[in-house]
Amino acid sequence: MQEIITSGFLFPNDLHAHWSIMIVLYPYITGLVAGAFIVSSLYHVFGVQELKPVARFSLVAAFAFLLFACTPLLFHLGHPERALNIMFTPKFTSAMSGFGYIYNFYLIIVLLEIWFVYRPEIIKRARETRGPLKALYWCLALGSLNDNETALTLDHKIIGVLAAIGIPSACILHGYVGFLFGSLKSNPWWSSPLMPVIFLLSAIVSGISILIVCYWLICRFGKQILDTECIKSMFKYLWAFFILDFAMEGLELLTHIYEAHHEWHIVSQMLSRRLAFSFYGLQLGICSVIPLIVLGFVVLKKMQDSTRIKLGLSCAVLILIQVLAMRWNVIVGGQLFSKSLRGLTSYTPTILGREGLLVALVLFLMPFVVMYVFNLILPLFDKEPDAEKQ
Amino acid sequence: MKHDRREFIKKAGWTFIGSGLYINLFTLDKALAGSTCTGIRNLYAFIVNTETCIGCGKCVEACRVENNVPPENYRTWVERYTILQDGSVEVDSPHGGEKGFEPVPFKKTSIQKSFFVPKLCNHCKEPNCVQVCPVGATYVTDDGFVLIDEKRCIGCSYCMMACPYSARFMNPVTHTADKCTWCYHRIRQGKTTACVEVCPVGARLFGRVDDPDGPIAKLLKAKRLQVLKPETGNEPMVLYVGLDKEVC
Repeated sequence: MQEIITSGFLFPNDLHAHWSIMIVLYPYITGLVAGAFIVSSLYHVFGVQELKPVARFSLVAAFAFLLFACTPLLFHLGHPERALNIMFTPKFTSAMSGFGYIYNFYLIIVLLEIWFVYRPEIIKRARETRGPLKALYWCLALGSLNDNETALTLDHKIIGVLAAIGIPSACILHGYVGFLFGSLKSNPWWSSPLMPVIFLLSAIVSGISILIVCYWLICRFGKQILDTECIKSMFKYLWAFFILDFAMEGLELLTHIYEAHHEWHIVSQMLSRRLAFSFYGLQLGICSVIPLIVLGFVVLKKMQDSTRIKLGLSCAVLILIQVLAMRWNVIVGGQLFSKSLRGLTSYTPTILGREGLLVALVLFLMPFVVMYVFNLILPLFDKEPDAEKQ
Repeated sequence: MKHDRREFIKKAGWTFIGSGLYINLFTLDKALAGSTCTGIRNLYAFIVNTETCIGCGKCVEACRVENNVPPENYRTWVERYTILQDGSVEVDSPHGGEKGFEPVPFKKTSIQKSFFVPKLCNHCKEPNCVQVCPVGATYVTDDGFVLIDEKRCIGCSYCMMACPYSARFMNPVTHTADKCTWCYHRIRQGKTTACVEVCPVGARLFGRVDDPDGPIAKLLKAKRLQVLKPETGNEPMVLYVGLDKEVC
C-alpha cells in the first residue's frame, strides 16, 4: 500500500488519486505519435527536404507509439474487458467516447501511409527473396507487385493525400486528449480552453525530441550515418514549437495567478507543497529554460557540428523530461487537492502492481521493440542518399 | 441521360450533406452540453437541514449496512464546520462522521459557531457525471434518479473526476463507479431512504416534489433553500436549509 500524506480537510472520497501513472503515460505516448507524424508530414506534405532521412523512420515511430498509446488505459480500467464498449455503445455527450473512433481512424491513416511509402521496398524484397520470406513480403505487398512508373506516381500522390489528412488527424488526436481534461469544469486545475493547445504543442515537441534521440542513438550505435542537415532541421523545428509550447504553458499559469479565482489558493498550495520539484523545478525551470536558451544558440549561432549535435541532443532529452513532467503535473496535480478546496492529498506510484512503475516502463519500451522488429523486416531508413552524402 | 443521373446524384449528395450540417450546427451545442434530461422530470428532492443535524453519524452507518458500502468509501458522509471568532474555519469528517464526532479541540469562547453538514449524491438535473460517461453506464431515470449500471460501467473513473461534489468512489469489489442511489430499491418499494429513516432529528427529508402533503413540498414553501456549488450549473436536487457560505 502506498503511504498517503494529507493536510487540511478532504472529502472522504478524495483520499486517493484514481488516475495513476498509467493515465500520465497515455497522453505522453499519444503525444509522441502526434509529434513523430508531424515530422514525417513536414517532408511528405510541406516538402522539407532536409527531413527526408527521417521521414520513413518518423512514420514507423508514429505507428509504433500509436500501437501502444491505448494500452496504459487498459491497465487502468476497472473492467478492461468492456473497453471496446466505448466504440460499440458510445455516448456521444462524453468527451471520452470519440477517442476510439479518432484513434482508429488515425491508425488506419498511418498504416496506409506506411504501406504506400514502403511498397517499392516490399516489392523489391518480394522479388529478391526466396521461400518463406518471399511469402511474407508477397503478403505484405497484398499480392500486388506492380511497381511501374505510373503505379509509383499514383502511390506518391496517395502518400501526399494521406499525409495531408494525417496532419489534422494528428492535431485532433492530441488536442482531443487535452480536451478530455480541459473540459472538466469540476477541476480548476484542468478546466481551461488552453489545455488542448498546450497538449498539442507539447505533443509535437516531445515527438520531435524522441525522434532526435532515437535517430542519434541509431546512428551512434548502428550502421546508419547521421545526416547533420537533417538533425539541424529537427533542432530548428523543435525550438520553434517549444517557444510556442512554453509560451502557452506560461500564459495559462499567468491567467490562473492573475484571475486568482477562489480555487486558486488551493491550486497554488498544491503546486508549491506537492509539485514544487516537478512543476517549478522541472516543467517551468530546468527543463524549459535551458532548452529555450541553448536551442536558440544551437539554431542561430555558428559552432562545430559535433558541439551543435551534443547540445541539441541534450535539449531534446530535457524536453522529453519536461513534457513527462507536464503530463504528471496536470494529471496527478489535478487530483492532489480535494474538491472541498480545503485539503491536499499525495500520490506515490507503486513499483509493482497493475498500475505500477514497472508496467509503465515496460509499456513505454514496447514501441521501441516494435521498431526493432519492424527494422528486421523492412529498413527504418533509406540508406542510399546517406551514403551519397558521405 | 447518363449525365442527368450523375447530376441528380451530385445534387442529392450536396443536399444531404448540407441539410446534415444545418441540423448539426443547430443541435450540436445542445448535444455537447449534455442535455441528457430530455423528457425527464425531476419528481424527487432531498432536503438536508443543517440547523437540526446533530452529527450522530447514524445515517452514514445505515447507508453502509443498507447498500453494502465497502469500508473507507462513502455514499453519504457528515462534515463538521467550526467557525472560530477570528474567522478561521476548521472542517473535519473522521470516518465520514460514521462514528460520530469527538468534542472540538477549541475553547468554547473562541468558537463563533459550529454545525454539521450531511453530504450525498445531489442527483443533479444537469449531471456532469452523466454527460461524461463514455458508455452511458451512468444515466438518469425518468423520475430523476442518477444511477449507475454496474454491468455496463468500464471503470474509467471519468465520472468521479467530473463530479464536483466527490460523491462517487471506485468500488473495490465491483471495480465500477459507485455512489448514493437515494436508495432507489427502497423507493420502488414505497419506502424512504435508509438515512432518512434512521435520522433521529429529521435533518434529512426525502420525497416527491409534487406531493402537496409531503415533507418536501411543505419545506419548499416554508424555507429558503440553497444548493451546493450552484456555479457548476449542475442543478442539484439535494437542497439545504441553513447552508453557510463556508460550506462547499
